Amino acid sequence: MAYATTIENTVFRFGDLKTLLAKATPERSGDQLAGIAAEGPVERLAAQMALADLPLKTFLEEELIPSENDEVSDLIARQHDAAAFAPVSSMTVGDFREWLLDPKIGQPQLEALTFGLTPEMVAAVSKIMRLQDLTAVAAKRHVVTRFRNTIGLPGRLSTRNQPNHPTDDSTGITISALDGLLMGSGDAVIGVNPATDTLADYIRIVSLLDDLRQRLEVPTQTCCLGHVTVAIKAIERQAPVDLVFQSIAGSQKANAGFGVDLAVLREACDAGLSLDRGTLGRNLMYFETGQGSALSADAHFGVDQQTMETRAYAVAREFSPLLVNTVVGFIGPEYLFNGRQIIRAGLEDHFCGKLLGLPMGVDVCYTNHADADQEDMDLLLMSLCAAGVNFVITVPGSDDIMLNYQSLSHHDAVFARETLGKPPAPEFEAWLERVGLTDRQGRLISEPDLLSGPLARLPLLASIEAA
Amino acid sequence: MSKDERAVHSPHGALRALRERTEARIALGRSGAGVPTRAAQRFLLDHARAREAVWSALDAGQLSQAIARHGFALEAAVSAATTRAEYLRRPDLGRRLSAESRRHLASLGSASDVVAVVADGLSATAVQLNAAPLLAVLKPRFDAAGLSVGPVVLASQARVALGDEIGHALGAKAVLVLVGERPGLSASDSLGVYITYGPEPGLPDSRRNCISNIRAGGLNHAAAAEQIFGLLQRMLVHKTSGVMLGDEASIAAALAASDRPPGST
Repeated sequence: MAYATTIENTVFRFGDLKTLLAKATPERSGDQLAGIAAEGPVERLAAQMALADLPLKTFLEEELIPSENDEVSDLIARQHDAAAFAPVSSMTVGDFREWLLDPKIGQPQLEALTFGLTPEMVAAVSKIMRLQDLTAVAAKRHVVTRFRNTIGLPGRLSTRNQPNHPTDDSTGITISALDGLLMGSGDAVIGVNPATDTLADYIRIVSLLDDLRQRLEVPTQTCCLGHVTVAIKAIERQAPVDLVFQSIAGSQKANAGFGVDLAVLREACDAGLSLDRGTLGRNLMYFETGQGSALSADAHFGVDQQTMETRAYAVAREFSPLLVNTVVGFIGPEYLFNGRQIIRAGLEDHFCGKLLGLPMGVDVCYTNHADADQEDMDLLLMSLCAAGVNFVITVPGSDDIMLNYQSLSHHDAVFARETLGKPPAPEFEAWLERVGLTDRQGRLISEPDLLSGPLARLPLLASIEAA
Repeated sequence: MSKDERAVHSPHGALRALRERTEARIALGRSGAGVPTRAAQRFLLDHARAREAVWSALDAGQLSQAIARHGFALEAAVSAATTRAEYLRRPDLGRRLSAESRRHLASLGSASDVVAVVADGLSATAVQLNAAPLLAVLKPRFDAAGLSVGPVVLASQARVALGDEIGHALGAKAVLVLVGERPGLSASDSLGVYITYGPEPGLPDSRRNCISNIRAGGLNHAAAAEQIFGLLQRMLVHKTSGVMLGDEASIAAALAASDRPPGST
């Protein structure tokens, strides 16, 4: 079916739904690389106007990628809950934007709508929303998950402590993790991206992180971000696996590029649950996504990268994850060229994830070949905190020495706590005070006396020095 | 207990003492949420260096002389990306030769066991520092093994896969692409070498073997040359490369790369 809009006697035609969505997408390099972007601002606006007039239920009638050939499309169709959709079923995309912004619509209405919405509906409405709109609506939607602590409560911000090391050196990982804990980072997870992907290294890394967590009695969870198939083997060997990680994308073919399908994700999730390690809850999957991953795998089928990203969230929500984050600036300037595009994409991904019911975090980050810097990241962090992001990732001094990119620093987490007033998960907040790292107001103590709490019993540091 | 004693015995103090055990920017100290001025500016300097490496251009004159000194013939090629800005936005263009370079290389019509392509990639700085010394230690090994060596091709605005078209045009059995890796803050001079048997346009990345992090402070030139030469010899015997070579390291690397959305080489 074709779509059209007329601006001052000029008719703009869009051949099908995916063309309309692509042309309506705010400018970004990835859609230009794919050759599907609007030719300029007027054509883009024409597409946005046509999109605003489109009935939401169009997305139930016209599939972007046929279900017969794509298990993600099939999953999206199966997830759709017609009863939940009823309150907005007669709206256009433009009406839906206004409904979302209406102050009468809050957490109860948004939560009830979760499985009434498809990824394509959410992506569509985000394309006609400003950053302020994306922030205002996301701030109304809280998604709370639990494993050993409680993540996503209103007014709070959790952090993933990411102690990566270029050779997965045990000492290097431990020192980096401690650096983050001493700055109050790590309540979302202490999670390592391994440089290698052998089973032996995976088991070594989860074991050393679990040992650290138990010695320090930290109310958090740990993760080695290896491939799910490696996690399954490690779980078979009774390794201490808290969270099961996988990168995912928005089509079956793109997921095949990551070496996964829905069946293996289900197997991995069930394997993780069989260990029964969560004390407060059973959310244990951890997913990462990012705009551009489908295009880079030549698995986007002419669909714009932001819609493909949102389709990945259908995969994520099938497994009730503890954590999901977009690695927004990691994939490179051919997908998101500069700070402006990275900031918008970060807020879009967070908004879309939250509306679809995901515990959404963001890796606020950039590479050295993108036209971006730490000041762009400051703006994105502050915006995400206003939008109520569940968690961000922090590394020592913003420098990830394994993945060679810049994320946030542990210092940035301190800024979010002390200037933006965002404490961590309550269990972790209590731990920080109990071990003497923070005062009663939750502020980091400048010269903490750590000799009386669990940190004082740190044979760990002595053993590192002896090693 | 004095403040000094406490500092040494506290985890904070111990961490400071462990700084040399990792390149990570640990124990920076803080003023509120701010990084102390010296460390903050060190970070900015490292970022400026990395940005400069990305936008730097090959000094072809200097590089040609340095490489020719070791007994290599030299050719030049450019990709279909005409500027650095276009190169960054259009990885597809960086993987194809310009029409003129394609004509020129085809006119040479040579055949050889191995051709080396020196590609600027994402850090001409890395190439400028490491390409000539690495080729210098490779050359005697090639000669001792009786391998025929085609010209070294200096390629600008080049991605790794450009080597497929170059190697094919020059009739090489195998192509080595020496390419500047995406700069990190700690190292903006890191060279990667991708080796492909039977180069032709359109090969998947799974057909390549890679040696990474070649730089002062990383993998040194002699050790890198030994690994490269070992892989090359196995490829010439088995007439294949990449995961087909059954090399566990490259399979592990391919799996590791699949854990995150791919970066760009």
